[in-house]
Amino acid sequence: MEYILIFIAAVFVNNVVLAQFLGICPFLGVSKKVNTAAGMGAAVTFVLTIATIVTFLIQKYILDVYGLGYMQTISFILVIASLVQLVEIILKKVSPALYQALGVFLPLITTNCCILGVAILVIQKDYNLLEAIVYSVSTAIGFALALIIFAGIREQLEMTHIPKGMKGTPIALITAGLLAMAFMGFSGIV
Amino acid sequence: MSNWKTLTNGLIKENPVFVLLLGMCPTLGTTSSAINGMSMGLATMFVLICSNAAISLLKKLIPDQVRIPAYIVVIATFVTVVQMCMEAYLPALYASLGLFIPLIVVNCIVLGRAEAFAAKNNVIPSIFDGLGIGLGFTLALTLLGALRELLGTGKLFSFTLMPEEYGALVFVLAPGAFIALGYLIAIVNKLRKE
Repeated sequence: MEYILIFIAAVFVNNVVLAQFLGICPFLGVSKKVNTAAGMGAAVTFVLTIATIVTFLIQKYILDVYGLGYMQTISFILVIASLVQLVEIILKKVSPALYQALGVFLPLITTNCCILGVAILVIQKDYNLLEAIVYSVSTAIGFALALIIFAGIREQLEMTHIPKGMKGTPIALITAGLLAMAFMGFSGIV
Repeated sequence: MSNWKTLTNGLIKENPVFVLLLGMCPTLGTTSSAINGMSMGLATMFVLICSNAAISLLKKLIPDQVRIPAYIVVIATFVTVVQMCMEAYLPALYASLGLFIPLIVVNCIVLGRAEAFAAKNNVIPSIFDGLGIGLGFTLALTLLGALRELLGTGKLFSFTLMPEEYGALVFVLAPGAFIALGYLIAIVNKLRKE
């Protein structure tokens, strides 16, 4: 039950993009087509889950044990950056098909703030390992969900008449605002 | 003279938020009030100036292949400095900005300026570049924060300008951030064309 609550809260109520403003850059950048949005969502899910597990273990077994809490930001970002590289290399060798699908998105993920953000949030919320995994997977699903819905709307927007000054980023941001308003309807269910 | 140009370049012509569209997460996440937006801008500016200065001094020592990880370590060091100072001296502000302080590390503006400017220029111009871009970022965040605070609660820097009943609370909440920034960028686009 507890895990279901974490799942619903992370996907709908506190959606990572629309309520917590993490990962806005890929949200605006790779949301022109539904296909690329789905690819980005899958890549983020993959990296976010692994990164959260690794950073969680580092925090509990290295930083906490030796009293190095102040190294959190530096160590987490280095771990995430090297992890992304590692995932890229392994994926290329083990599953070329998956690499083809996710490859282009992987380097972009290092600077996606939702990875570092979730890694830090998990520590702040004092989750245990299993809760941390559930939380990171659901956050990533929430990210993918928002991204895919947004890409679908943007594909439709291409075909409509938009005032000249609002074309591009402004209309995308306002659309995201309306989407966030729709997601606010979920608040209170958990 | 050219330092002056570097400074104004970041402030207006290459404003990181309105023109380059970088650093969107803190822009949207921390601007629920003018003072929050301004503090976030100033914290980022501090990191930007220090990291630009450090990287331009270290540019000959850092091998080209590992420059990005090296830059990230330099940036993360200054972010940790800001984080610890803020936690010690401004705990209330630290609590309201929360997660976005450590996330300055992954702000594309900071890494972007390190790569695009500090790695190619000397210390003094790099500091001015950091100052200019930092001020541009602070200006954008303060403006957005002020707009949201005014529309949402009728206040500006916590001074009441309108009775609270006229405020549309949605502007302080998440959707208002997207909508207010969308309109601000549209207005800036329009002004830049003229």
